[in-house]
Amino acid sequence: MSTGWAASPSELLMKAATRAAGRRRSTVRRRLTLIVGLALLALAIAAITLAPVLVSQGPNTIDALNPLAPPLTPGHLLGTDQFGRDVLSRILYGGRIDLAIAFGATIVTLVSGTLIGLVAGYLGGRWDSVLMRIVDLFFAFPFLVLVIAIIAMLGPSIFNMFVAIWITSWVAYARIMRAQTVVAKRQQYVLAARALGYGRLRVMFRHILPNTASAVIVFSMVDAIGNIILAASLGFLGLGAQPPSPEWGTMISDGQNYILSAWWLATIPGLAIVFVGIAFSLIGDGLADLLRPGDR
Amino acid sequence: MAPLLTVRDLRSYLATGQGVVRAVDGVSFTLGEAEILGIVGESGSGKSVTCRTIVGLMPSGITHISGEVIYHPHGDGSILSARQSELQSLRGSQLAMIFQDPMTALNPVLNVGDQVIEAVQAHARLSGGQARSRAVSLLRRVGIPAPEQRMRDYPFQFSGGMLQRALIAIALASSPRLLLADEPTTSLDVIIQDQILSLLLDLQQDTGMSMILVSHDLAVISEVCDRILVMYAGQVVEEGPAADIITAPRHPYTRALLDAVPQGEQRGQLRSITGSPPSLIDVPGGCRFAPRCGLAVDECWSWETELIEIGGPGRLARCWRHDEVERSPEWQASDSA
Repeated sequence: MSTGWAASPSELLMKAATRAAGRRRSTVRRRLTLIVGLALLALAIAAITLAPVLVSQGPNTIDALNPLAPPLTPGHLLGTDQFGRDVLSRILYGGRIDLAIAFGATIVTLVSGTLIGLVAGYLGGRWDSVLMRIVDLFFAFPFLVLVIAIIAMLGPSIFNMFVAIWITSWVAYARIMRAQTVVAKRQQYVLAARALGYGRLRVMFRHILPNTASAVIVFSMVDAIGNIILAASLGFLGLGAQPPSPEWGTMISDGQNYILSAWWLATIPGLAIVFVGIAFSLIGDGLADLLRPGDR
Repeated sequence: MAPLLTVRDLRSYLATGQGVVRAVDGVSFTLGEAEILGIVGESGSGKSVTCRTIVGLMPSGITHISGEVIYHPHGDGSILSARQSELQSLRGSQLAMIFQDPMTALNPVLNVGDQVIEAVQAHARLSGGQARSRAVSLLRRVGIPAPEQRMRDYPFQFSGGMLQRALIAIALASSPRLLLADEPTTSLDVIIQDQILSLLLDLQQDTGMSMILVSHDLAVISEVCDRILVMYAGQVVEEGPAADIITAPRHPYTRALLDAVPQGEQRGQLRSITGSPPSLIDVPGGCRFAPRCGLAVDECWSWETELIEIGGPGRLARCWRHDEVERSPEWQASDSA
């Protein structure tokens, strides 16, 4: 009998092999997270790109005979708002603005924050002190108040909202990247690279960056969702997209007046935000696993 | 033998939270062309710091370095005072270094081939194809089987011995004239150790480069080196030709190290050196080995230590009782042993 603790070595090995195979499957499952996330995002991008084909009514076209039509009304799959504008159409066209914010605002802050953190962490000394005190300064302000103040100075528009996000949200990337870089630069492979006479730039960009970028890339996915919600909040406060441009936050803001009589006006843009948010967070999870060294 | 590297009164002091650590405290030596110099000593004796100071790899803000390091092909000036860019072009092209732990000395996210190619291209203008074929021949030279295939692998897919071979290939990429090997075999098992050592020796004979081999293992050092430098508490305590050091040590510390090497047939308790090395923060005056020394007398505690020339030139010991350090079985490393 060979059961339980009395199992023979070959049986134990078989079990270990089975467990290893299980782990391999779970690697596939982790990839699946990334694939599903990318698929959802691709779906969203396809929908907003093909908006003119998918809906016949423009986002600002008024169907005066059908205001506040509930979802599933013929011709208005997701209903209409108080002016008779088609909600589906506004969601699709509004998505162009929101996804532009998710990408445009995030990529700029990702790149600039990463570079600043890398420089501060690697060069250390005076560079580090000065750059990190600037970061502290930004963190000391309440984030939303700072954004609002900048927009108030520049005037409310979508572009100025981008500018406000660019100015304020690189700091989180810089801080993450600096911490990662400080750890990485003590690693032996960095010392070895320096011993080979590689220059600072080569060491920073070819040897440290690939080892540390995963943290900021994963964070950028979370940040992209944050930026959509920020854009929605600013739209809600009247500081982002200006009426009549369709933007999800602005739509929620407009819909709140009808929340009891026409629930879909605020709920559907909210669900759109949730959809894109899930896509980004799945991508973030997937990337976190994919970018872990030694796991490819 | 023409000198390649001259180190004079090298000091490397590190500022730490506890105080100033005098990691290297007045080390001098000369390394000839095509010579292999071994530096031996226990952990914390300043072997690695000496090497890193020579190539300028100590952290800049917290290290205070003095003394001279003259790399003769580069002129008579000390490379310690050379500009960063000058030193950087020497590193890799003329001076190369390999490290103790091959597992962490390669970048984990780049494949091995790319890292060898990068090293090949760092100091020579070569096309991609030329660099690749040079990388393949380097990897083949250091004994990596099927280098074309293995180049695509990442470091975690290599074994320790194979990684150390790859690191040697990287260090040799631009045919350096001086190779500093900082405990290159410490983290490898004995069979691989032997292979790596004979590889290094073989390469040294092929290329005629000079080598500094750092180790805490006297067996390793005595096998390979022409001359040996024994370090204790940041200082050189004995220097001489390898055979002399092994057969006729003239410093009690060297003697104690040799006694601690287990002999093949004899069984029983292993000899060890009692006590532990002194803190390098508050270094006591007198002989630094006195507290652990079997020969220590009162004068040793106040003796202003210096390297005394004994026998011929290049045969030095930092012990005024060097005549009494003989290699006889009755001799004990310390009173209590």
